[in-house]
Amino acid sequence: MATIVAQPTGVPVVEEHHEMSFIRKYIFSTDHKVIGIQFLFLSLFFLLVGGLLAMMMRWQLAWPGKAMPFGGLFPEAMAPGGIMLPEFYNSLVTMHGTFMVFFAIMLLLVGVYANYLIPLQIGAPDMAFPRLNMISFWLAVPAGVIALASFAVEGGAAGAGWTSYAPLSALPEASGVSLGQQMWIVSLVILGLSSILGSTNYITTVINMRAPGMTWMRLPLTVWALFITAILALLAMPVLSGALIMLLFDQTLGTHFFLPASGGQPLLWQHLFWFFGHPEVYILILPAMGFASEILAVGSRKPVFGYKAMVGAIIAIAFLGWIVWGHHMFQSGMNPVLGTTFMVSTLVIAVPSAIKTFNWMGTMWRGNLHLHSPMLFAIGFVMLFVIGGLSGIFMASAPFDIFIHDTYFIVAHIHYVLFGGALFAIFGAIYYWYPKMFGRMMSERWGKIHFGLTFIFFNLAFFPMHTQGLAGMMRRLYDTSGYTHTADIQDTHLLISFSAFALFASGAIFAFNFFWSMFRGERAPDNPWNATTLEWQTPSPPKHGNWEEAPVVYHGPHEYSHPDVTDKDWLAQNERPDVVSPARH
Amino acid sequence: MNWTLPENIATYGGKIDAVFWVITIVTAIAFVLVEVGIIWFTIRYRQREGRRAHYTHGDKNLEILWTAIPALAMVVLGIYSAGVWADIKGRESAPAESLHIGVRAKQFEWNVTYAGADEVLGTNDDFTIRNQLHFPANEPILVWLEAEDVLHSFFIPQLRVKQDAVPGMTIPVWFEATRSGEFQIGCAELCGLGHYRMRARVFIHEQADYEAWVGEQIASRGQTGEAEETELATAASAPEAADEPASTHDHSAGGM
Amino acid sequence: MEAHAAPYYRGGAPETGLAVYTQKVGMWVFLCSEIMFFTGLIGSYIILRFGASETWPAPGEVLNIPVTAVNTFILICSSVTMVKAFAASETGDKRGTRLFTLATALMGATFLGVQIYEYRELLHHDFGPWSGLYGSTFFTMTGFHGFHVFLGVVCMTWATLKAFRGGYDGGNYRGLEVLGLYWHFVDLVWIILFTIVYLI
Ligand code: HEA
Ligand code: HEA
Ligand code: CUA
Ligand SMILES: [Cu+2]
Repeated sequence: MATIVAQPTGVPVVEEHHEMSFIRKYIFSTDHKVIGIQFLFLSLFFLLVGGLLAMMMRWQLAWPGKAMPFGGLFPEAMAPGGIMLPEFYNSLVTMHGTFMVFFAIMLLLVGVYANYLIPLQIGAPDMAFPRLNMISFWLAVPAGVIALASFAVEGGAAGAGWTSYAPLSALPEASGVSLGQQMWIVSLVILGLSSILGSTNYITTVINMRAPGMTWMRLPLTVWALFITAILALLAMPVLSGALIMLLFDQTLGTHFFLPASGGQPLLWQHLFWFFGHPEVYILILPAMGFASEILAVGSRKPVFGYKAMVGAIIAIAFLGWIVWGHHMFQSGMNPVLGTTFMVSTLVIAVPSAIKTFNWMGTMWRGNLHLHSPMLFAIGFVMLFVIGGLSGIFMASAPFDIFIHDTYFIVAHIHYVLFGGALFAIFGAIYYWYPKMFGRMMSERWGKIHFGLTFIFFNLAFFPMHTQGLAGMMRRLYDTSGYTHTADIQDTHLLISFSAFALFASGAIFAFNFFWSMFRGERAPDNPWNATTLEWQTPSPPKHGNWEEAPVVYHGPHEYSHPDVTDKDWLAQNERPDVVSPARH
Repeated sequence: MNWTLPENIATYGGKIDAVFWVITIVTAIAFVLVEVGIIWFTIRYRQREGRRAHYTHGDKNLEILWTAIPALAMVVLGIYSAGVWADIKGRESAPAESLHIGVRAKQFEWNVTYAGADEVLGTNDDFTIRNQLHFPANEPILVWLEAEDVLHSFFIPQLRVKQDAVPGMTIPVWFEATRSGEFQIGCAELCGLGHYRMRARVFIHEQADYEAWVGEQIASRGQTGEAEETELATAASAPEAADEPASTHDHSAGGM
Repeated sequence: MEAHAAPYYRGGAPETGLAVYTQKVGMWVFLCSEIMFFTGLIGSYIILRFGASETWPAPGEVLNIPVTAVNTFILICSSVTMVKAFAASETGDKRGTRLFTLATALMGATFLGVQIYEYRELLHHDFGPWSGLYGSTFFTMTGFHGFHVFLGVVCMTWATLKAFRGGYDGGNYRGLEVLGLYWHFVDLVWIILFTIVYLI
């Protein structure tokens, strides 16, 4: 195959090989690949942290008021005698949500893969603004440090939920948290700036730096997803920043934006937060959908079913995502008529998602499925995202949301879309692009075991939460045992917690595989999956500048099993078909 | 042991539960379709030597079909839900003839205000009881919901009622119980360290019993309307001590 | 083969990307984000103001409109000189470039000076961010606009120095064009703020 890869129609890239110091090369690097990998370590670390916080929550929920294992390690202010205090539980819930959403999943999807993949998949030597790119990483780090540090300060970490509803979040005297809440705000403002700069970079790069021949309709779906996601982040993040700053001023400068005492409006915070928040949740799923589409095509050895429809669906979801935020506020006291309109727009979003789901199935249909770890996680993604999406329909119906709002049904939804959805796709993506990133394969065997255990224990941990929610168990409760109507299902917490611990343990298997393969894994060929997109048509890992000679693109992104191509079942984007099989043309 | 919704004692509860079952059926169909399909494909089309995938970029008709059907389902569901929503939470939905009760939430208690002898709320013979909501069955109740400090949420599962209480707003909430009995108000909106134990007891009386109860309350108070700790009210919060870790209890007692 | 004709190779490799140079695209994209930021602040202002319309003081009572009107005029002029600076650099007119970058920077600085003066006056009359919704929204919106002007002035000072060191000679106009986009945007935001905060 090597004989026909990349007809050198392209201009040779000038390989600049001035030796760079270690610092410039690995710490303050401007190489999009290095930055992507830096983001990978950062976000996996926060995934671990978020997971640990969750484990502590699960302990308290299953055994309320029992001393935690190693509980003695905690200061009096958090868990005297190892028994967790309610305000500490609130901090755990808040920071768990915050770390997972903003620092784990968002950075994994966008920080890691937008940086690493966009230039490689569109055939560019690097990002449009490499230095800006470096800055956006070095903004994310302090943001995370500040959030972590907030646990140590007087009054503890923010405790008003990841949604930080005012006035609770604005009134230290009501929440008992002052500095922690402010650090939470500052941390997210910095992270917002980081992601705005990043998005500016991604969008510009996709618009202006595509290789010759890489037309819009030839972009891999991953790039499409990341591009649209960047637009969402670009437009949603500043709204959050604005709201956060108002909240900060309410605490520090004595303004009254969200304080009813002097005419402020608590609901204004919710409107601003969710106007950002719902686009945000699609920021957290669109790239995952992109990865899944890509991996399903490679694994099934088929072109993506309905490529155009898939692109259309991504755009439709992104667009509709702006007009549904009110579905988080059905019971908030917002005018019920508004509720009706938000309900309708929310239900409509099911349609593009339906298109995507069925196209994924269409991609698998009559394929030749290679069930390697990436493929397994991609299939798992579809199976679980659908459950999360369908549970969304229950909540989208305002009248039924009356009952399940702020119950564990929501918590189940969150985890099916964010873990079963986003995180499964991310695991798939890590297994899939690892060889390109580190030049070695991850262990296939342990990958499959990791998938099996994660899939089983994920469902055991989170499916019962639907039941708890339907029974009327409220979320964000330090101790759920005091309610008569859920007394008889209190025990489900045990099943959930045990499964959660097992889930965490299977995460450890992944961690082991991840680090072990980095040094011991078998060397990866340039194109281990026989994939068609450009990143696989260059060495693993690619050199600084990405290409020996700049690629030229001749056709769509997922040309697998093309009848004209006889000697193999794939056709790279930069391969000239008439060269592969001169029979035609 | 109930695995779905708790007993429904609200007149409009049936409508809500109906919505639930309709959605359950719609989504169940989609669920089975997708999951079974995926599992079947995974087995049926797994890699085999010499198998070559069928090369296709899609199928117009199929795509139109699976866009149209969900779209249709959603529109119908939307129209259906909109009706129920308007009946329950619409601004005009509350029955004209209903018993008015004031509920004011604050960290971490529910203060319930009842019309006094003159049977009108907002006059100075009103009386307030902490953490107890009394009302008669088979009569529409209109709660005027307020919050003092932060957001709370008024939730009675069996009555299928949930409404956030927002400081600075007075939100009308109505419901009608179909039977008497004792239940609980839960607070469904995170409101601070006591959120998890911000409960109140709900006593739904038969008409006669309710009037009797109001009578003795008025008698026991004379004409003054200020809040008063009845031994019942304290009883309501008594069991807390038992099901909470001592440390927590001390803290929340001493704390804010 | 019709089924898959669409993405299949038909010879040639069309050129991609816009005819616009990257830095300019980048600035346009970034400004979209800025628009959303101010939309958030201004939107909140409108909602809060309508929520409390009866208690809302008429602008004239608190704010010194004439002074700010003059200030607004200065800022608008700075946009004009910005355009001229860009034009000059494009045509390779060295004197023009230096003159107009300098003028723009100075006018921007003046605007800031006046705004600081205005703030101090208001604070003297004990009107601050804590003074009800009016104070909250006023200081937050104008404050953040001022911050943007400040950043602009910093860049313009730097650009002026560069101009005097001949950095824009020989028709190298891109730096000034991109900077100009930002400058005009900040200017535009002010015209909106001035209208809704001071006039209406
Ligand atoms: C990745 C993140 C993600 C995604 C993709 C979604 C997707 C959806 N979400 Fe979710 N949502 C969250 C993350 C996400 N959500 C989070 C974090 C919260 C909680 C916030 C908090 O803490 O309060 C939340 C809360 C939330 C609420 C508020 C509930 C409440 O607080 O009372 C609602 C209400 O409408 C909702 C609805 C939906 C809908 C309709 C979709 C739709 O996009 C789903 C569409 C997908 C499908 C429908 C499945 C595939 C389609 C088919 C198989 C076709 C056939 C289907 C039919 C015919 C029905 N979500
Ligand atoms: C992507 C988002 C995400 C993820 C992955 C998770 C993961 C988990 N979540 Fe969480 N959760 C949220 C997002 C997420 N959550 C949000 C947004 C909320 C709402 C917060 C709020 O109400 O304000 C919430 C709330 C929430 C609650 C409700 C609390 C309450 O309302 O009182 C609970 C309760 O059980 C819970 C549990 C768990 C558990 C057991 C996991 C487990 O899956 C965790 C398992 C462990 C891991 C997945 C990590 C394993 C480690 C690795 C794989 C990394 C390897 C390391 C290296 C390679 C360096 N979560
Ligand atoms: Cu009151 Cu939660
Ligand atoms: Cu949403």
